[in-house]
Amino acid sequence: MNNKDLLNLVDITVSFEGFLALNNLNLSLKKGELRAVIGPNGAGKTTFLDVITGKVKPTNGEVIFKGKSLVGKKEHKIARLGVGRKFQSPRIFENLTVKENLEISVTTPKSPLNLINKIIKDEQLNEIDRLMKIVNLAQKVDSKAGSLSHGQKQWLEIAMLVGQKPDLMLVDEPVAGLTDEETDLTADLLKSLSGENTVVVIDHDMEFIRRLDSNVSVLNQGTVLCEGTMETIQKDKKVIDVYLGRPED
Amino acid sequence: MSISKIKFDKKIVLSFWIILIALIIAAPTLLPVFRLNLLGRYLSLSIVALGVDLIWGYTGLLSLGQGIFFALGGYSAAMYLQITSSSEFPNNIPEFFALYGVEKLPFFWEPFRSPFFTFFAIWIIPALVAGLIGFLVFRNRIKGVYFSILTQASLLVFFNFFNGQQKLINGTNGLKTDVTQLFGQMVGSESMQRIFFWITAILVIAAWFFAKWVVKGRFGNILIGIRDDEPRVRFTGYNPVIFKTIIFSIAGGLAGISGALYTVQSGIVSPQFMTVPFSIEMVIWVAVGGRGTLLGAILGAVFINYAKSLVSEALPASWMFIQGGLFILVVTALPEGVLGWIQGDGPRNLLQRFGLKRKIETYPSLEVNNKEGNNE
Repeated sequence: MNNKDLLNLVDITVSFEGFLALNNLNLSLKKGELRAVIGPNGAGKTTFLDVITGKVKPTNGEVIFKGKSLVGKKEHKIARLGVGRKFQSPRIFENLTVKENLEISVTTPKSPLNLINKIIKDEQLNEIDRLMKIVNLAQKVDSKAGSLSHGQKQWLEIAMLVGQKPDLMLVDEPVAGLTDEETDLTADLLKSLSGENTVVVIDHDMEFIRRLDSNVSVLNQGTVLCEGTMETIQKDKKVIDVYLGRPED
Repeated sequence: MSISKIKFDKKIVLSFWIILIALIIAAPTLLPVFRLNLLGRYLSLSIVALGVDLIWGYTGLLSLGQGIFFALGGYSAAMYLQITSSSEFPNNIPEFFALYGVEKLPFFWEPFRSPFFTFFAIWIIPALVAGLIGFLVFRNRIKGVYFSILTQASLLVFFNFFNGQQKLINGTNGLKTDVTQLFGQMVGSESMQRIFFWITAILVIAAWFFAKWVVKGRFGNILIGIRDDEPRVRFTGYNPVIFKTIIFSIAGGLAGISGALYTVQSGIVSPQFMTVPFSIEMVIWVAVGGRGTLLGAILGAVFINYAKSLVSEALPASWMFIQGGLFILVVTALPEGVLGWIQGDGPRNLLQRFGLKRKIETYPSLEVNNKEGNNE
């Protein structure tokens, strides 16, 4: 184990009544890294995020984040330690406005006593303004989040994720249902976030992954099949067999 | 929204308050004592409805057991009144104890000799009980229909327990308050009832402002967040258990105040306050008035109960059918409740249907957004 690693997954096994969703999965992330995770349906990509964020307890194995074990910790505790997650379908609070959504994410500490105070700190308001500019939602400050387009919802959720200031961002299919242009913008946004933050992106869209220009981990049947740059991955015979399909396809 | 419109709105709000305060002051002279007393009782019920709106309308917790906290507040108030008025009875304890051969006031009633203690007990005890039940339930992530069933089961446990405890609380007979004394006056007397009416009216307004304050800003937004997507709230770093426990406890405290006011105005508290239909009715008031509107809860509680008494006077057996029908009507036709319908697009859609107003040609959401954009 390397000290520079932000996250280490060691021999993670998750068994759902005998079905192994993850099987001896090992994966480590360096600080500031951008990592793409791909894999066919049922490869365990979402379970992999569930294990890190505390939604699913691994049957076996360890999750080490910033030198501490995350196994058995509650979801909100893990989030406070600095793990942020964006869900597959945009999960924002549709009955709240764009601004209120962002307020929820940037507020610290996240205690009832702090929230009952109606005055929001200036630095947090500035942060909200900054986030809204990054994701082009400044015009929509007081619109209900539910009235946004699909792409805008995806971006709002990414903005909420950034607002949490997590050390590790887990982004699950950020470009599902986005137009090509929006996909490109999202890729640029995620690339700009890495370096300062550590970002894990899960997706199916190969063009998008290629654009991220990062290291790629291929999952298959609950375990890491192969790791490396996009070029290496595309030449790997095992990967071609299970996922990318033969060149003639 | 233009400036003139805002000024106009302010005038409406101001005149609303003037009329409301004038009505509260004048009500005791305008209404016969019987009607005044009924209105006071219904107003006190609107406080428990506010609590239901906080936990159900905002936080999504459908509790069918608010009667527990309502009754706890009622029993606290009633026992204090009974104890202070028991000087001429044997052993200086409330009369009913003698029937069951109890010679000493049970120890847990001792503190209720103090008016000071009782004043706090009325809302703190129900709030603590609610907080405890809530914490245990929420910590185990019991939610949705299971939460509703559990609260109803708790209600039945309390109901059966209170029903069977003759030696402690006079069991199924309950505690009477109308022949007790408070500050040298009969609680059931006209002058006292008038004072209780005013206290109730003031407390309803206070409770309303308190509830508005609670749901305003980020705290209220987290409650809405828990209602709409609890796991998301959790992954953002908030602990929903604490927020749910707090709001359930607040609703319990409001129910306690409501129960105490209702008891002194109806003259008795009994385990009947903890029957299953009564707690369900509280939910109906809020559903009909409008979930998540606060004012809808107050209006729902007052108007439905007023309708109940009018209908019951005219056609004694028919109220349950009307109430059931009303509930079905609201759930199917006005899922947001009457006030929610008015605040939403309801009236405009209705006018459009009758051809009295032109249809909007763009998507409503687009138009709303443009308006807001222009405001910036």
